[in-house]
Amino acid sequence: MSRFIFSTVVAVFMLTVGLVSNPVVAQDSASAIMPFEFETESERQRYQYFSKILRCPMCQNQNLNGSNAGIATDLRRELHRLISEDYSDQEIIDFMQSRYGNFILYEPPINKSTSVLWFAPIVFLLVGVAVLIVLVRRQRVNDDVAVLSDQELAAARARLQSLQAQDAKDSKETSAGIPSNSKALSGK
Amino acid sequence: MQRLKLFLPLLIFALLAALLFGRLGEDPEYLPSALIDKAMPEFALPELYEPTRIVTRDDLLGEPGLLNVWASWCFACRVEHPFLTKIAREYGVPLYGLNYKNETDEAQNWLQEFGNPYRLHIVDRSGRLGIDLGVAGAPETFVFDHLGRIRHRHIGIVDEKVWAETLEPLLQQLRSEQ
Repeated sequence: MSRFIFSTVVAVFMLTVGLVSNPVVAQDSASAIMPFEFETESERQRYQYFSKILRCPMCQNQNLNGSNAGIATDLRRELHRLISEDYSDQEIIDFMQSRYGNFILYEPPINKSTSVLWFAPIVFLLVGVAVLIVLVRRQRVNDDVAVLSDQELAAARARLQSLQAQDAKDSKETSAGIPSNSKALSGK
Repeated sequence: MQRLKLFLPLLIFALLAALLFGRLGEDPEYLPSALIDKAMPEFALPELYEPTRIVTRDDLLGEPGLLNVWASWCFACRVEHPFLTKIAREYGVPLYGLNYKNETDEAQNWLQEFGNPYRLHIVDRSGRLGIDLGVAGAPETFVFDHLGRIRHRHIGIVDEKVWAETLEPLLQQLRSEQ
């Protein structure tokens, strides 16, 4: 029984870890080419930020920064234009999302179709914690049964001894012919 | 009951396996267009053979048709070209070309060699219209209705199967909506 619970807990735990840990490992090429000129440092930083969180539509797992695909080059150029024209963060996201959908965002928005993606890990975690709590509680109940106070222990010992004495007496009376056996039965 | 519980981990495993196996056949690169049921973006770009003529969205309106994103550097475009020629010439499907990030003379040579079943070609040298359409690369084919709304986007080669299963039924439906 405890083995079953253990394996369930392990399974739930592994699922939770698997789902919670972010599967998105964007490939950043160390030598990201940035041929663009920016007027301010903050514009440059915005460009770097967005080229990291936006995914190349052609590639399964590369951001705009790390991809050599033609479309990634075009979108980097477009991103540079948007930043130079003072688009806000939300306007840049909207621009990309309205053309390329949620795919272009590494972090999908929370809505109906992505709710499982966002909340399943939490549900799995809660189930895992619940199972764990039940397990620990059950263990504690077992422990409680096993632990006796010194007084109770002494009383139980005394009762056991009196029962054994009674037993030995009975067996002596009924099977006087086989003493060796009766000795074994008496519990020594 | 206790016995059955023993099989719970196995059951969970089986369910997960079934779920993951079921998704194996799906194309992970399939991307629905973000523009479905939305108006085709506005544009004003030259025509391939008449550089002084400016093509706009209005030139495509009136009846449902296909907008095919192609380029002479795109090998898959060469593969789908005979079939596109067939549906345009034999079935009379309005076929428009979006010449995507291509040198004009190279595009013209390509059409010279393989034939030109297109009604007209929009020249998108910079790929800017491509971005507005959510194009990731060539070939891609958009189905639009008589009002110029994008109704479907096909990524990759258009062949007999794509035509019979998706494009033809959709075009028929769009014609009936007209």
